[in-house]
Amino acid sequence: MALLEVKDLKVRVEEREILHGLNLTVNEGEIHAIMGPNGSGKSTLSHVIAGKPGYEVTDGQILFRGEDLLEMSPDMRAAKGVFLAFQYPVEIPGVATMNFLRTALNAQRKARGESEYSTPDFLKKVREVSKSLNIPQDMLKRGVNVGFSGGEKKRNEVLQMALFEPSLCILDEMDSGLDIDALRIAADGVNALHSPKRAMVVITHYQRLLNYIVPDIVHVMSKGRVVKSGGKELALELEASGYAQFEDAA
Amino acid sequence: MNVAVAKTGKGRAVSDLFTSAEGRLPGSPAVVAVRREAFETYERLGLPHRRIEEWKYTDLRALVGEVLPLAAAPDAAALKRAADAVKAHAITGARKLVLVDGVFAADLSDVKALASEAGFGTSREALEKDAGLLKTASTDAVIALNAAMATDGVVLSIADGAQLSAPIQIIHIATAASASTFTRSQVKVGNGARATIIETFVAADAKAYQVNDAVIVTIGDNADVAHIRLMDDAPDAVNITSQFVTVGANTKLNFFNMTTGAAVSRLQGFITLAGEGSELLVNGANLLQKTEHGDTTLVVDHAVPNCVSREVFRAVLDDRAHSVFQGRIIVRPDAQKTDGKMMIRALLLSDEAEADNKPELEIFADDVSCGHGATAGALDDSLLFYLKARGLPEKQAQALLIQAFVGEAIEQIADDGLREHVIGIAERWLERRS
Repeated sequence: MALLEVKDLKVRVEEREILHGLNLTVNEGEIHAIMGPNGSGKSTLSHVIAGKPGYEVTDGQILFRGEDLLEMSPDMRAAKGVFLAFQYPVEIPGVATMNFLRTALNAQRKARGESEYSTPDFLKKVREVSKSLNIPQDMLKRGVNVGFSGGEKKRNEVLQMALFEPSLCILDEMDSGLDIDALRIAADGVNALHSPKRAMVVITHYQRLLNYIVPDIVHVMSKGRVVKSGGKELALELEASGYAQFEDAA
Repeated sequence: MNVAVAKTGKGRAVSDLFTSAEGRLPGSPAVVAVRREAFETYERLGLPHRRIEEWKYTDLRALVGEVLPLAAAPDAAALKRAADAVKAHAITGARKLVLVDGVFAADLSDVKALASEAGFGTSREALEKDAGLLKTASTDAVIALNAAMATDGVVLSIADGAQLSAPIQIIHIATAASASTFTRSQVKVGNGARATIIETFVAADAKAYQVNDAVIVTIGDNADVAHIRLMDDAPDAVNITSQFVTVGANTKLNFFNMTTGAAVSRLQGFITLAGEGSELLVNGANLLQKTEHGDTTLVVDHAVPNCVSREVFRAVLDDRAHSVFQGRIIVRPDAQKTDGKMMIRALLLSDEAEADNKPELEIFADDVSCGHGATAGALDDSLLFYLKARGLPEKQAQALLIQAFVGEAIEQIADDGLREHVIGIAERWLERRS
């Protein structure tokens, strides 16, 4: 069974259709890249998979291990193993990162019927994970993303990914707002988390990110559809010739 | 000639409240005369209503209707229930002074431990001597009623230079249903003293009771005082509290109030900055749900130059709750270089909740910096979605953001243990949300 199956998905935002029948299949362990020009519907797709309000699904299905994802609340999707790394992670003043991480991890575990982590066990786990990702401890003491640089915010997303151990990670424009060093650090984190059981969907406008996270399959989106899929060489082709050739195909 | 007898909405003669209680009210004949006069003031004015400007948003005639008869003095069973409540609400390490149904309970209090650091007596004792305790700088119907009916309270005196090694916690416990309590306390803090005073209002199985409390605080020069009030009365109770605070020179007063209980409540504070170079910090949080009505009315009087006042009020309003904040800053003609600011922030969790804010600046000096601001809004959807996408169910995501909102106020409490205690009360309020 596929990990994620998006079938003929049609989505509207305020009366305007953004996705016009999108299909996508992701299997365990695969890295997919979704590329496309601005306004092609890449971020809409990631938001609808994660369950962000404000999108109306008018047709089609999203199945996660065969279960209907659209019937689930966003928190239930997270507990099932769907993780969206935000393009712009929000700042949450007054909520300490540590408290947030523990609350979120235990909420997911509870939803799955697993035992919750005790405080010492949780602290041990966070320390291990943050050490392996070279995340300084003082970052964890601050409010969630408050005063973090762009790079720190993305590393915090990677930290959560490592801690929550999702089976599907969707990285929405992970490269936006990052310089090349920050990008490399974040990409190294993502690569370290890739495993035969964990699939990644990398949404990006530029080929640049794919130098660091090498996809198995590249999809080109245009005007709310996947118009072409291929191997990693497709990304290079796009870099050379641009998206214009696909505008007509859509 | 027919003499009209003032009656409550329920047909009870208003005067019965006083005459039936008189035998239980402490005081010399001179004190009784002062009480009678105060009751006549109350009888003449009646409960405050919306046509009285200061009570426009808190119409006690509509919200409360009538004042319930005086609660009986607690019996052994009541004291037993109160003892359990003390255990549940006492702050670790604090010296407790417990009032049960408006009567000081020595057996539940730490009088001996306190005696080494502060002067202590009861208001009952003080009123047997003279009526000094019944006089306040300003009065209205509820304050007059309190003067007429006050049964007891604590009289604390912290000497010049005293550095209290532990906080003092005054715990008001209600055990009687459908009755009123009237307490009046006095706290004097000497020059150069340092003290933390906590007031806690809770119920021990009591329902539908009414609390009318008055506190007179006088702080000297170069003092450092933290005053924390935690009103967590029963959800169907009424709590009307009046505070009169005078602050000396070069003193720091950090006042924190949190309202998590009572169907109808009002905290009215009259704070006078009477000495130069002092700093007043006021932080409040009203957490209201169902149809609760919570009013905070504060008058900060800058009577002298060079003082700073900062007031930050937060309201978290669910269901059909109604929060009122009235803040008046008075800057007297001499009070140059006054720096007074107030900020009101309301978090509305429901479309039917209501927040009324009335900031007022009365400035009679020309070289001052004063201002006020207000915000009201719902929880931020983008923050909620982020938390939900990380696995937090809706209610838990909301709770985390509400805690953060209230936490900004709670952070002002310096003591770690005390802060944890207050966070615990806020968390229990969140758990009560339907």
